[in-house]
Amino acid sequence: MLGRSQPLVCQQMVELITDYLEGALPRSQRRRFEAHLAGCEHCSEYLEQMRTTIRLTGRLRAEDLSPQMSAEFAAIYRRWQAESD
Amino acid sequence: MISLGLLVAIVVPRRVRREDGAPRAVDPDAELLARARAGEEQAFMSLVARYHSTMLHLARSFVGSDAIAEEVVQDTWVAVLRGLERFEGRSTFKTWLLQILVNRARSTGVREHRSVAVGDATPAVDRSRFDGGGAWMSPPEHWVEDSDDRLVAEGLADQIKEGLEALPSRQREVLMLRDVDGLSGQEVSEALGISEANQRVLLHRGRSRLRAALELQMGRGI
Repeated sequence: MLGRSQPLVCQQMVELITDYLEGALPRSQRRRFEAHLAGCEHCSEYLEQMRTTIRLTGRLRAEDLSPQMSAEFAAIYRRWQAESD
Repeated sequence: MISLGLLVAIVVPRRVRREDGAPRAVDPDAELLARARAGEEQAFMSLVARYHSTMLHLARSFVGSDAIAEEVVQDTWVAVLRGLERFEGRSTFKTWLLQILVNRARSTGVREHRSVAVGDATPAVDRSRFDGGGAWMSPPEHWVEDSDDRLVAEGLADQIKEGLEALPSRQREVLMLRDVDGLSGQEVSEALGISEANQRVLLHRGRSRLRAALELQMGRGI
Protein backbone atom coordinates (compact mmCIF):
# COMPACT_ATOMS: atom_id res chain seq x y z
CA MET A 1 0.00 0.00 0.00
CA LEU A 2 1.37 3.40 -0.91
CA GLY A 3 1.72 6.10 1.69
CA ARG A 4 -0.72 8.92 2.26
CA SER A 5 1.32 11.56 0.52
CA GLN A 6 2.24 9.57 -2.57
CA PRO A 7 0.24 9.93 -5.77
CA LEU A 8 -2.46 7.35 -6.41
CA VAL A 9 -1.87 4.77 -9.13
CA CYS A 10 -4.52 3.64 -11.63
CA GLN A 11 -5.07 0.32 -9.88
CA GLN A 12 -5.99 2.19 -6.68
CA MET A 13 -8.15 4.67 -8.59
CA VAL A 14 -10.54 1.99 -9.86
CA GLU A 15 -11.13 0.83 -6.27
CA LEU A 16 -11.77 4.34 -4.92
CA ILE A 17 -14.14 5.38 -7.67
CA THR A 18 -17.41 4.58 -5.89
CA ASP A 19 -16.35 6.39 -2.73
CA TYR A 20 -15.44 9.30 -4.98
CA LEU A 21 -18.82 9.29 -6.75
CA GLU A 22 -20.59 8.92 -3.38
CA GLY A 23 -18.73 11.89 -1.94
CA ALA A 24 -17.28 9.62 0.74
CA LEU A 25 -13.56 10.24 0.23
CA PRO A 26 -11.78 12.27 2.91
CA ARG A 27 -10.71 15.65 1.55
CA SER A 28 -7.01 14.78 1.19
CA GLN A 29 -7.82 11.55 -0.62
CA ARG A 30 -10.27 13.37 -2.85
CA ARG A 31 -7.57 15.84 -3.83
CA ARG A 32 -5.19 13.03 -4.70
CA PHE A 33 -7.94 11.31 -6.68
CA GLU A 34 -8.69 14.44 -8.68
CA ALA A 35 -5.01 15.19 -9.22
CA HIS A 36 -4.54 11.75 -10.77
CA LEU A 37 -7.69 12.11 -12.83
CA ALA A 38 -6.55 15.41 -14.29
CA GLY A 39 -3.43 13.76 -15.67
CA CYS A 40 -4.72 10.33 -16.68
CA GLU A 41 -6.97 9.91 -19.69
CA HIS A 42 -7.44 6.20 -19.02
CA CYS A 43 -8.81 6.74 -15.53
CA SER A 44 -10.98 9.58 -16.86
CA GLU A 45 -12.33 7.13 -19.42
CA TYR A 46 -12.90 4.56 -16.70
CA LEU A 47 -14.82 7.11 -14.61
CA GLU A 48 -17.03 7.92 -17.60
CA GLN A 49 -17.71 4.21 -18.10
CA MET A 50 -18.78 3.87 -14.47
CA ARG A 51 -21.10 6.86 -14.88
CA THR A 52 -22.50 5.32 -18.07
CA THR A 53 -23.03 1.99 -16.28
CA ILE A 54 -25.00 3.73 -13.53
CA ARG A 55 -27.05 5.65 -16.10
CA LEU A 56 -27.85 2.52 -18.14
CA THR A 57 -28.79 0.57 -15.00
CA GLY A 58 -31.12 3.43 -14.06
CA ARG A 59 -32.95 2.93 -17.34
CA LEU A 60 -34.01 -0.59 -16.43
CA ARG A 61 -37.66 -0.58 -15.68
CA ALA A 62 -38.58 -0.95 -12.09
CA GLU A 63 -40.93 -3.85 -11.50
CA ASP A 64 -44.47 -3.03 -12.45
CA LEU A 65 -47.56 -4.24 -10.72
CA SER A 66 -49.16 -7.19 -12.44
CA PRO A 67 -52.94 -6.95 -12.97
CA GLN A 68 -53.35 -9.76 -10.47
CA MET A 69 -51.28 -7.96 -7.84
CA SER A 70 -53.24 -4.77 -8.51
CA ALA A 71 -56.50 -6.59 -7.89
CA GLU A 72 -55.14 -7.97 -4.64
CA PHE A 73 -54.06 -4.54 -3.42
CA ALA A 74 -57.43 -3.08 -4.33
CA ALA A 75 -59.05 -5.86 -2.29
CA ILE A 76 -56.79 -5.03 0.67
CA TYR A 77 -57.89 -1.41 0.44
CA ARG A 78 -61.59 -2.29 0.25
CA ARG A 79 -61.34 -4.58 3.25
CA TRP A 80 -59.70 -1.76 5.20
CA GLN A 81 -62.46 0.63 4.18
CA ALA A 82 -65.11 -1.85 5.25
CA GLU A 83 -63.36 -2.29 8.61
CA SER A 84 -63.11 1.45 9.16
CA ASP A 85 -66.78 2.14 8.49
CA MET B 1 -67.85 7.71 9.55
CA ILE B 2 -65.49 10.64 9.93
CA SER B 3 -65.98 13.51 7.54
CA LEU B 4 -63.64 13.82 4.60
CA GLY B 5 -62.50 17.26 5.68
CA LEU B 6 -61.43 16.03 9.08
CA LEU B 7 -59.46 13.15 7.60
CA VAL B 8 -57.60 15.49 5.31
CA ALA B 9 -56.85 17.75 8.26
CA ILE B 10 -55.41 14.81 10.19
CA VAL B 11 -53.03 13.73 7.50
CA VAL B 12 -51.73 17.04 6.22
CA PRO B 13 -48.38 17.59 7.97
CA ARG B 14 -48.98 19.68 11.01
CA ARG B 15 -45.41 20.65 11.68
CA VAL B 16 -44.20 22.43 8.60
CA ARG B 17 -41.32 23.93 10.51
CA ARG B 18 -38.62 22.10 12.38
CA GLU B 19 -37.76 22.94 15.97
CA ASP B 20 -34.95 25.17 14.78
CA GLY B 21 -37.42 27.16 12.73
CA ALA B 22 -36.05 26.07 9.35
CA PRO B 23 -38.71 25.14 6.81
CA ARG B 24 -39.21 21.42 6.56
CA ALA B 25 -39.50 19.70 3.23
CA VAL B 26 -43.07 18.63 2.61
CA ASP B 27 -43.48 14.87 2.35
CA PRO B 28 -43.92 14.14 -1.37
CA ASP B 29 -46.48 11.45 -0.48
CA ALA B 30 -48.60 13.65 1.79
CA GLU B 31 -51.22 14.48 -0.80
CA LEU B 32 -51.75 10.91 -2.04
CA LEU B 33 -51.80 9.72 1.55
CA ALA B 34 -54.47 12.23 2.50
CA ARG B 35 -56.60 11.18 -0.44
CA ALA B 36 -56.11 7.48 0.30
CA ARG B 37 -57.14 8.07 3.90
CA ALA B 38 -60.18 9.95 2.70
CA GLY B 39 -61.37 6.91 0.78
CA GLU B 40 -59.92 7.41 -2.67
CA GLU B 41 -58.86 3.97 -3.86
CA GLN B 42 -56.97 5.35 -6.84
CA ALA B 43 -54.73 7.40 -4.54
CA PHE B 44 -53.92 4.26 -2.55
CA MET B 45 -53.14 2.37 -5.75
CA SER B 46 -50.81 5.19 -6.84
CA LEU B 47 -48.87 4.85 -3.60
CA VAL B 48 -48.74 1.08 -4.04
CA ALA B 49 -47.43 1.47 -7.60
CA ARG B 50 -44.92 4.14 -6.55
CA TYR B 51 -43.22 1.87 -4.03
CA HIS B 52 -43.92 -1.56 -5.43
CA SER B 53 -40.56 -2.19 -7.03
CA THR B 54 -38.58 -0.82 -4.10
CA MET B 55 -40.62 -2.87 -1.63
CA LEU B 56 -40.26 -6.06 -3.65
CA HIS B 57 -36.51 -5.64 -4.03
CA LEU B 58 -36.12 -4.83 -0.36
CA ALA B 59 -38.33 -7.70 0.82
CA ARG B 60 -36.50 -10.09 -1.50
CA SER B 61 -33.26 -9.31 0.29
CA PHE B 62 -34.67 -10.80 3.51
CA VAL B 63 -36.76 -13.72 2.33
CA GLY B 64 -36.07 -16.77 0.25
CA SER B 65 -38.39 -16.38 -2.74
CA ASP B 66 -40.23 -13.89 -4.93
CA ALA B 67 -43.55 -15.33 -3.80
CA ILE B 68 -42.76 -14.74 -0.13
CA ALA B 69 -41.51 -11.25 -0.96
CA GLU B 70 -44.86 -10.48 -2.61
CA GLU B 71 -46.67 -11.69 0.50
CA VAL B 72 -44.51 -9.47 2.68
CA VAL B 73 -45.36 -6.47 0.49
CA GLN B 74 -49.08 -7.22 0.78
CA ASP B 75 -48.88 -7.72 4.55
CA THR B 76 -47.04 -4.43 4.80
CA TRP B 77 -49.84 -2.52 3.08
CA VAL B 78 -52.40 -4.15 5.37
CA ALA B 79 -50.31 -3.01 8.36
CA VAL B 80 -49.86 0.46 6.86
CA LEU B 81 -53.60 0.96 6.40
CA ARG B 82 -54.32 -0.27 9.91
CA GLY B 83 -51.62 1.98 11.33
CA LEU B 84 -52.45 5.09 9.33
CA GLU B 85 -54.08 6.82 12.28
CA ARG B 86 -50.83 6.51 14.21
CA PHE B 87 -48.65 7.94 11.45
CA GLU B 88 -47.85 11.46 12.59
CA GLY B 89 -45.49 12.58 9.88
CA ARG B 90 -42.44 12.65 12.17
CA SER B 91 -40.57 10.77 9.46
CA THR B 92 -41.49 10.74 5.80
CA PHE B 93 -44.13 8.27 4.74
CA LYS B 94 -41.48 6.44 2.70
CA THR B 95 -39.23 5.91 5.73
CA TRP B 96 -42.18 4.72 7.82
CA LEU B 97 -43.38 2.40 5.06
CA LEU B 98 -39.96 0.82 4.52
CA GLN B 99 -39.48 0.34 8.27
CA ILE B 100 -42.73 -1.59 8.47
CA LEU B 101 -41.71 -3.64 5.45
CA VAL B 102 -38.30 -4.50 6.90
CA ASN B 103 -39.81 -5.47 10.27
CA ARG B 104 -42.28 -7.79 8.59
CA ALA B 105 -39.66 -9.20 6.23
CA ARG B 106 -37.32 -9.87 9.15
CA SER B 107 -39.96 -11.74 11.09
CA THR B 108 -40.86 -13.73 7.97
CA GLY B 109 -37.35 -14.10 6.68
CA VAL B 110 -35.93 -17.54 6.31
CA ARG B 111 -32.66 -16.47 4.80
CA GLU B 112 -29.61 -16.05 6.98
CA HIS B 113 -29.38 -12.36 6.44
CA ARG B 114 -26.06 -11.27 7.83
CA SER B 115 -23.95 -14.25 6.94
CA VAL B 116 -23.04 -12.97 3.49
CA ALA B 117 -19.59 -11.46 3.37
CA VAL B 118 -19.64 -7.83 2.34
CA GLY B 119 -16.31 -7.61 0.62
CA ASP B 120 -15.27 -10.31 -1.77
CA ALA B 121 -11.68 -10.09 -2.79
CA THR B 122 -12.41 -9.67 -6.50
CA PRO B 123 -10.76 -6.48 -7.77
CA ALA B 124 -12.81 -3.95 -9.75
CA VAL B 125 -10.52 -4.55 -12.74
CA ASP B 126 -8.45 -7.64 -13.35
CA ARG B 127 -4.89 -7.31 -12.08
CA SER B 128 -3.46 -8.40 -15.41
CA ARG B 129 -4.52 -5.10 -16.94
CA PHE B 130 -2.07 -3.11 -14.81
CA ASP B 131 1.70 -3.10 -14.87
CA GLY B 132 3.87 -3.76 -11.83
CA GLY B 133 3.55 -0.14 -10.73
CA GLY B 134 -0.27 -0.20 -10.89
CA ALA B 135 -0.59 1.85 -14.11
CA TRP B 136 -2.94 0.82 -16.92
CA MET B 137 -1.30 -1.62 -19.31
CA SER B 138 -4.52 -2.56 -21.07
CA PRO B 139 -6.57 0.62 -20.60
CA PRO B 140 -10.33 0.95 -21.12
CA GLU B 141 -11.30 1.69 -24.70
CA HIS B 142 -13.64 4.54 -25.54
CA TRP B 143 -17.26 3.45 -25.98
CA VAL B 144 -19.48 5.58 -23.79
CA GLU B 145 -21.00 7.59 -26.66
CA ASP B 146 -21.79 4.40 -28.59
CA SER B 147 -23.93 3.31 -25.65
CA ASP B 148 -26.41 6.10 -26.46
CA ASP B 149 -27.25 4.54 -29.81
CA ARG B 150 -30.74 3.12 -29.43
CA LEU B 151 -29.99 -0.35 -30.76
CA VAL B 152 -26.75 -0.60 -28.84
CA ALA B 153 -28.54 0.56 -25.69
CA GLU B 154 -31.13 -2.20 -26.11
CA GLY B 155 -28.39 -4.80 -26.29
CA LEU B 156 -26.69 -3.29 -23.29
CA ALA B 157 -29.92 -3.41 -21.29
CA ASP B 158 -29.95 -7.19 -21.78
CA GLN B 159 -26.31 -7.32 -20.81
CA ILE B 160 -27.05 -5.37 -17.63
CA LYS B 161 -29.91 -7.70 -16.74
CA GLU B 162 -27.69 -10.73 -17.22
CA GLY B 163 -24.92 -9.01 -15.29
CA LEU B 164 -27.32 -8.31 -12.43
CA GLU B 165 -28.43 -11.93 -12.33
CA ALA B 166 -24.82 -13.04 -12.10
CA LEU B 167 -23.99 -10.78 -9.13
CA PRO B 168 -23.77 -12.13 -5.59
CA SER B 169 -27.19 -11.48 -4.07
CA ARG B 170 -26.18 -8.75 -1.62
CA GLN B 171 -24.48 -6.76 -4.37
CA ARG B 172 -27.52 -7.17 -6.60
CA GLU B 173 -29.91 -6.05 -3.87
CA VAL B 174 -27.97 -2.91 -3.07
CA LEU B 175 -27.51 -2.11 -6.75
CA MET B 176 -31.22 -2.52 -7.56
CA LEU B 177 -32.30 -0.36 -4.63
CA ARG B 178 -29.75 2.33 -5.42
CA ASP B 179 -29.54 2.44 -9.20
CA VAL B 180 -32.91 1.09 -10.35
CA ASP B 181 -35.23 2.25 -7.56
CA GLY B 182 -33.29 5.40 -6.75
CA LEU B 183 -32.98 5.05 -2.97
CA SER B 184 -30.20 7.01 -1.28
CA GLY B 185 -27.19 5.31 0.28
CA GLN B 186 -28.51 6.21 3.72
CA GLU B 187 -31.95 4.78 2.97
CA VAL B 188 -30.46 1.51 1.74
CA SER B 189 -28.05 1.09 4.64
CA GLU B 190 -30.81 1.82 7.17
CA ALA B 191 -33.26 -0.53 5.51
CA LEU B 192 -30.78 -3.38 5.21
CA GLY B 193 -29.26 -2.76 8.62
CA ILE B 194 -25.71 -2.40 7.31
CA SER B 195 -23.22 0.46 7.69
CA GLU B 196 -23.00 3.07 4.97
CA ALA B 197 -19.42 1.98 4.37
CA ASN B 198 -20.48 -1.62 3.77
CA GLN B 199 -23.30 -0.39 1.58
CA ARG B 200 -20.70 1.42 -0.54
CA VAL B 201 -18.49 -1.68 -0.75
CA LEU B 202 -21.40 -3.76 -2.07
CA LEU B 203 -22.36 -0.99 -4.48
CA HIS B 204 -18.78 -0.70 -5.67
CA ARG B 205 -18.37 -4.41 -6.33
CA GLY B 206 -21.69 -4.58 -8.13
CA ARG B 207 -21.18 -1.52 -10.30
CA SER B 208 -17.61 -2.55 -11.15
CA ARG B 209 -18.77 -5.98 -12.32
CA LEU B 210 -21.56 -4.48 -14.40
CA ARG B 211 -19.12 -2.10 -16.05
CA ALA B 212 -16.88 -5.04 -16.89
CA ALA B 213 -19.88 -6.87 -18.40
CA LEU B 214 -20.68 -3.85 -20.57
CA GLU B 215 -17.08 -3.54 -21.65
CA LEU B 216 -17.17 -7.15 -22.76
CA GLN B 217 -20.37 -6.54 -24.70
CA MET B 218 -18.82 -3.56 -26.46
CA GLY B 219 -16.31 -6.04 -27.82
CA ARG B 220 -13.21 -4.41 -26.56
CA GLY B 221 -12.67 -5.98 -23.23
CA ILE B 222 -10.05 -8.56 -22.62
